[in-house]
Amino acid sequence: MSEAVTDLVIIGSGPAGMAAACEARALGLSVVLLDEQATIGGQIYRSIESAPSDRVEILGKDYAAGQSLALEFQKCGAQYFNVATVWNVSSDGTVDYVLNGKSQRVIGKHVLLASGAMERPFPIKGWTLPGVMGAGAGQILLKSSGALPSGPVVLAGCGPLLYLLAWQYLRAGVTIQAVADTTTLSAYARAARHLAGALRGWRDVAKGIKLLVALRRHGVPVFSGARELSIEGEQQIEEFSFKRRGKRVRIPASLLLLHQGVVPNTQLSWSIGAEHRWNPDQLCWQPVTDAWGRLGNTPIYVAGDSRAIVGAQASAVQGRLAALAIGERLGLVTDIARRTAPLQRELKLRTHIRPFLDALYRPNDENRIPQKDSVLVCRCEEVTAGQIRGYVELGCKGPNQTKAFGRSGMGPCQGRFCGLTVTELIAQARGVQPCDVGYYRIRPPIKPVMLGDFVQ
Amino acid sequence: MTTEPLFSIPRSLESETVTITFEGKPLMVPAGISVAAALLAGGAHDFRSSVVGHVPRAPYCMMGVCFECLVEIDGVPARQSCLIPVKDGMQVRRQIGAANPNGAIYGEKNE
Amino acid sequence: MSNQQLTVVGGGLVGAAIAYGAARAGMRVRVLDQGDSAFRASRGNFGLVWVSSKGGNLPRYARWSRDAAKSWPELHKELLELTGVDSGLRQPGGFWLGFSDAEVRARAELLEKIDREVGDVPFQMLEPSELRQYLPGIGSAVVGGSFGPLDGHANPLMLLHGLHAGLHRKGADVVTGVDVADIRYDADSGEFEAVASDGQSWKSERLVLAAGLGNARLAPLVGLHAPVTSTRGQVLITERLKPFLNYPTNKVRQTQEGTVQIGSTSEDVGLDDGTTTEKIEWLARRAVETFPALARARLVRAWGALRPLTPDGYPIYQASASCPGAYVATCHSGVTLASVHSFVIGPWMSGLTQTPPEFDVFLSDRFLDPNASFSHDH
Repeated sequence: MSEAVTDLVIIGSGPAGMAAACEARALGLSVVLLDEQATIGGQIYRSIESAPSDRVEILGKDYAAGQSLALEFQKCGAQYFNVATVWNVSSDGTVDYVLNGKSQRVIGKHVLLASGAMERPFPIKGWTLPGVMGAGAGQILLKSSGALPSGPVVLAGCGPLLYLLAWQYLRAGVTIQAVADTTTLSAYARAARHLAGALRGWRDVAKGIKLLVALRRHGVPVFSGARELSIEGEQQIEEFSFKRRGKRVRIPASLLLLHQGVVPNTQLSWSIGAEHRWNPDQLCWQPVTDAWGRLGNTPIYVAGDSRAIVGAQASAVQGRLAALAIGERLGLVTDIARRTAPLQRELKLRTHIRPFLDALYRPNDENRIPQKDSVLVCRCEEVTAGQIRGYVELGCKGPNQTKAFGRSGMGPCQGRFCGLTVTELIAQARGVQPCDVGYYRIRPPIKPVMLGDFVQ
Repeated sequence: MTTEPLFSIPRSLESETVTITFEGKPLMVPAGISVAAALLAGGAHDFRSSVVGHVPRAPYCMMGVCFECLVEIDGVPARQSCLIPVKDGMQVRRQIGAANPNGAIYGEKNE
Repeated sequence: MSNQQLTVVGGGLVGAAIAYGAARAGMRVRVLDQGDSAFRASRGNFGLVWVSSKGGNLPRYARWSRDAAKSWPELHKELLELTGVDSGLRQPGGFWLGFSDAEVRARAELLEKIDREVGDVPFQMLEPSELRQYLPGIGSAVVGGSFGPLDGHANPLMLLHGLHAGLHRKGADVVTGVDVADIRYDADSGEFEAVASDGQSWKSERLVLAAGLGNARLAPLVGLHAPVTSTRGQVLITERLKPFLNYPTNKVRQTQEGTVQIGSTSEDVGLDDGTTTEKIEWLARRAVETFPALARARLVRAWGALRPLTPDGYPIYQASASCPGAYVATCHSGVTLASVHSFVIGPWMSGLTQTPPEFDVFLSDRFLDPNASFSHDH
């Protein structure tokens, strides 16, 4: 087993990881960057290096902004390993990963977790049927392979990514069958309270209005205030329906893309045993860090969307700040406050809008906490909402007990896709807050590893 | 209900292609895309039958988090096809239920 | 039938089984359980329902284990009918596998000794070629093994679930999220009061301490002695696989769900229930040596659990002399002994039946002998 020691091990090659690598290398640190995917960019800048110009045009300027960062990263001299699956990070800086069928280890004097965000689960009736995917999946298909829906597509949910995808599809000539927007009227009212300092919020609202106008011009039906979403079908999706203004709308569909925001991918931070707090505005868990992203007294930092959803630009800034903080600990940075002042200002600027977006695009309770007993909550082990509630009745107070009783969270996704739902389900059934319920105990391997990969 | 591919990839003249097979049927796909993308564009609607309830499942997240895109690639069962780029000659089959540790392997294990 | 109230401290495998046994015998039972973040030794149990090699230094324990294996089907059937929960019991016999000739010889000697001392603890020593007939695909690193026809396995978590559901059905009261901080005994009324750290308390005429590692601290409060320390067992579990292993072995078994469980280590690390890369790799390698096909099975979870261990590894079952009505129960094999804990220990500790025969050997007084030294084979 090969072991190497390096100043900084970075996990994830999205904006946070790439920016941190550039900044750390500029300070003269040795950097190893590990990424599970085959190419750099994380999710937001997927295939940024190979995307043809017409695709970049369709995807828009926020995507194109990743090109310069990718270029900077390629030139910075970090040791980059793709298709490297990290399965363990220890609080002493040891990182275990699988590369080419062998488990290997690198020891970092510091480690930066930059594994980004993942799609929030959307547990509604029928969501496990083939033909139902996340809007993020649609974007990934477009970015990485130029793949577009070959027939009409229905989009449902809320959040900037959903509208962005709709806009990208329109520009690419895709037939959008319908958009079912779950944003409620009261969400607009709540969001309006956060407009202070959110000048950019107006731009996003304006963008959203432009999109609505464009959709209407293309004859795309847009249904706002969609409730009681449901998917029917036997072997795959056949119909998507929802209630709007009290009336049920039924749409025959073959492809449905759902989205209600993204959440931090906290698998690694949980597995290290770091403290997490439940954010009631963002409805997700966030690792507790200091201002630079450091976890407790460990040499481990978190930057970007896996720390809290802040978006690509802010993630890059956080990556740079973490690298500078690490540089300071290594004695390579002396006047960190002065040096990072512009970055801190930029971070503030780019995160001003979050409370506004969080309030506006808050996913509805019914789409996060299924009331119907038959809705699948744990896709891997096929555990339903009713079963989870039943375990609470039996006395289970938290997700580790419901896991023990019903296997939810024991499948290959290791609780990624059911964790939030199970925590909120239990909290609701017990009449307490999610922070009182807790989360799955996450342990290594944080990704399934073949037993043979441990054999030399 | 449709049997048409859910996604299509506009072909450009310069793009290199490779040929893989899905359930024995050859598919010509652009080089460098993921196996999952190739299958979706090649007409696959379901990728596997689930382990517990034996119901059809297909990719949801396309980024390696949901584990729905599991297929058998070159004899190795239950691989996350959204994380694996296509290779010429690759043989892909649906993952039916749980992985069989004693299944046949042809070709290299590591990917 | 009794009019008395029984409080069982601890809702893990031992506590739940004893409480269930008491409830089923007609007692009014309440269980005080820690909850979601408890150390929960039950999670560290490998799931074997095992007779072979038990009681090498204590024949009574070998008989106790054998009684347990024989009455397990009754517990399984009862829980299934009462609650619908399948404990996953299968008793096809089980294998111990050896990787060196010395190991295999030592094993044969041990099993012969136990059979001689106890009688009717059958076993068979097997060559690799014979092993292969029952365990196809066994690796060439295995040089021999033993077969115990009384051995089997179950699902510890399903068993726990079933016992809790059974308690529910029998009208027992299960209070979760309770951290018992103190126990008071009133000699005049003969009443016990269990007091939680948040101030809640519960009174009862009878009390059973089944709090695993917590027993060491609680036992002296009722005039008992329970010198349990912790041993950490790390266990690996794979994704669900198609059935290929029809018999449990002592280190590798395939569960009813198809997952393969691999274990376990036995480490003296205090109260650290984490996992270590070294042990994960060691367990993985040994699993692949045992069944080479597992090289392509994916590890999905690894966990460590703290299991209570007495100095000689054998159980403590004891009634308090100074606080009549109080008992302590602790053991290492909570799954194997679940049946006798329900059918025998529950009624006994409820005051409904006599002390089981020859139970003096399980008194913790044995640890107070200054001339004795102890070792355990866990």
